[in-house]
Amino acid sequence: MSSNNESIDRKRRSFLGKAGAAVATTVVAPGVVLHAAAPRSPEQPVTDAVRWGMLIDANKCASGCSDCVQACEEENGLNLVQMPEGADPEEWARQRPRWIRQIQLQDNLTGQVTTLPMMCQHCEEPPCADVCPTGASFRRADGIVMVDRHICIGCRYCMMACPYKARSFIHEEVEEKPTHTPRGKGCVESCNFCVHRLDNGRTTTACQDACRHQAIVFGDLKDKNSPVAKALESVKSRQIRADLQLNTGVRYSGV
Amino acid sequence: MSSTVVRSLCLAALFALIGGPVVAAEGAPGAIVPGSKAAGLDHCVEPTPYMRRHHMELILHQRDKTVHQGIRTKKYSLANCIDCHVGHDAGGKAVPVNAEGQFCDSCHDFVGQSLDCFECHATTPTPASAGK
Amino acid sequence: MKKIHFREWTVPSPRYWGVFAVLAAIVGVGLISALYMEHEGHWVTGMNNQIVWGMPHVFAVFLIVAASGALNVATIGTVFGKKPYKPLGRLSGLLAIALLAGGLMVLVLDLGRADRLMVAMTTYNFKSIFAWNIILYNGFFVIVAAYLYTMMEPKAKKYYFSVGVLGGIWRLILTTGTGSIFGFLVARMAYDTAILAPLFIVMSFAFGLAIFLLFLFFAFDQDGREIGGKLLFRLKNTLGVFVAGVALLLLIYHLTKLYGTKYHGVEAFILRDGGVYTVLFWVGQVVVGLLLPIAIIIHPTLSRSKGWIAGASAMVVLGGLAAMYVIIIGGQAYPIEMFPGKTVIASGFFDGVHGQPNYYAPSLPEILLGIGGFALAILATTIGVRMLKFLPADLSDEALDPHAGLKTGN
Repeated sequence: MSSNNESIDRKRRSFLGKAGAAVATTVVAPGVVLHAAAPRSPEQPVTDAVRWGMLIDANKCASGCSDCVQACEEENGLNLVQMPEGADPEEWARQRPRWIRQIQLQDNLTGQVTTLPMMCQHCEEPPCADVCPTGASFRRADGIVMVDRHICIGCRYCMMACPYKARSFIHEEVEEKPTHTPRGKGCVESCNFCVHRLDNGRTTTACQDACRHQAIVFGDLKDKNSPVAKALESVKSRQIRADLQLNTGVRYSGV
Repeated sequence: MSSTVVRSLCLAALFALIGGPVVAAEGAPGAIVPGSKAAGLDHCVEPTPYMRRHHMELILHQRDKTVHQGIRTKKYSLANCIDCHVGHDAGGKAVPVNAEGQFCDSCHDFVGQSLDCFECHATTPTPASAGK
Repeated sequence: MKKIHFREWTVPSPRYWGVFAVLAAIVGVGLISALYMEHEGHWVTGMNNQIVWGMPHVFAVFLIVAASGALNVATIGTVFGKKPYKPLGRLSGLLAIALLAGGLMVLVLDLGRADRLMVAMTTYNFKSIFAWNIILYNGFFVIVAAYLYTMMEPKAKKYYFSVGVLGGIWRLILTTGTGSIFGFLVARMAYDTAILAPLFIVMSFAFGLAIFLLFLFFAFDQDGREIGGKLLFRLKNTLGVFVAGVALLLLIYHLTKLYGTKYHGVEAFILRDGGVYTVLFWVGQVVVGLLLPIAIIIHPTLSRSKGWIAGASAMVVLGGLAAMYVIIIGGQAYPIEMFPGKTVIASGFFDGVHGQPNYYAPSLPEILLGIGGFALAILATTIGVRMLKFLPADLSDEALDPHAGLKTGN
């Protein structure tokens, strides 16, 4: 709870700062409305005034470091998923869920090596949501692509459709799970930008907090003053599989 | 959604058949777990008879608001139900709400109604090893 | 033309019940397998987070595709007015319904949450081709049932043609939908092409007719009914045309893919480097499924023998299953290319490190479930022909229209 209050305060401070700036701007140029979404109250539904997104700087991402992966697993209870008794460890490695993973690439021509974390890219036009027969796979108004496990029937068509292999199917009964990340046999899941944090007023994801190299910047893409928007404005970035025109919420630089 | 209607109808039929009046008059066997937060309160977030008949609708409504709109108010949330109704063993450790004789189980078992929430949802307030 | 009479399947009771018991047992084993997978979770299968659709889907998609093809025989009789096909219409409709039921059983029982079937039936996302397919499948049952009614009930005869046309159109849309399940997957190199829809349509013609012929021959053999040489000639030629059609579309599919440089990787995988998938493609899909049946069908003497035609049909079925395996599992085994021009040299989640394909080994319960669905289709058809008048009493050349018999081929 205390951390919760802190983050609300932090947000309020930044909001007051913005309000001050807005006042200053209106003096200079009346009629100009700066984009500064007020923090959402807990009773209000999320809106498209916010779009959560991320910039990953592959130049900063360190080879062999798995801090973001570990942090994600702890935050979302993936580390609580046990290998079923009698399972083959090698096969289980292919069946266990993972929301974020590290990938290392080598350029075929130049031999240059790039390291980056890969997860759900939170597309504006998510193929997973398009193909989902029941609408369980959906994009929230604030840009987060997630699964409504209550109506997921476990058909895995979304996993067939995802260009980023971002999704995992839960292959077994799960004994222990965190309150904020329910999980059960037979449904599909993937990175949700730590949605429970955002809904409770926090503004960071677990992977971002864990990254010692500041390779991950997260925030509201629509807020021109957010670190992520500023970073995206100043560095060259790209979408993975930009040819599909999905307008991803996760962008990469140095790839 | 229709499955809920069917479920409610089945539940109503069951109540009528096997001693609904008994439940209404005396309460289901062992409903409120002694030592839970709920045991110290007059009634739940709504009056008890209302909760008995409609808790599933409240949870269902809240579930859609939470998942699709990001509204995580506590009042009707499943997490809040568990927080308040969870019992503890002699060592002070939380006992899953769907364990035999615990709050959720006692009624659902009594009326023979399956309990799907906990195939995915946590059954105790915050598992020790979970993230914050 | 003499009036065609229909009669129930009149094999002696012990033999009928023997067939019944064997098929029911296979269905039972399939159901137990499904229950086991459902209870344990999918970790007991060979499926994983890379190969998300496995053996059940190979069987399910095959059966669903074959179902729409099985109706083809009736459509040829009704819509195109080919008289010799008309007596076969009833069996064609019955088999179509039964095959679809078998395929859907497999598909549904493989769901992670099969218990939520009600959700799938009541909550639709209309942008999903999968959701459309649910509607198409349900509609297929209703339309084909009505079609059968117009064939079997004299009072409903006036609707026979229009319902037949509707059924013919519906099944084309249904197979287009099934093919599009894969065709619309832009993410994966092996799919992502509209040609999968017509490919699935010709496949459905071939698979459906092959199963139809196998059942027809078996049923007629068992209670001593006759199939005339001229009808046989027509049927095997039709099968030949369909199989040749599959070969053509398959060729176009691979040529299209080979033309685009970005698909060279997946083509090299399926055609040359894919190990089991390459073997299944060349030996299963091409040789057994296409070349051998065509060779038998155009062979001057072999093609006159019912046994050889049955053999060719069986090969089309086996080749069809191989084709499904190559398309569904081979298509997933080839890693998604996320970074063109780069090689993945390390990954925490199997991203095709150094081009290594995704691993899948089918497990026994998956295979048993698939075979169970197949058995359900045959069992339902067997019960149907035993209880009601689906089978023509006589298909000898004399019993059929002599004029229609003179025209060869279709």
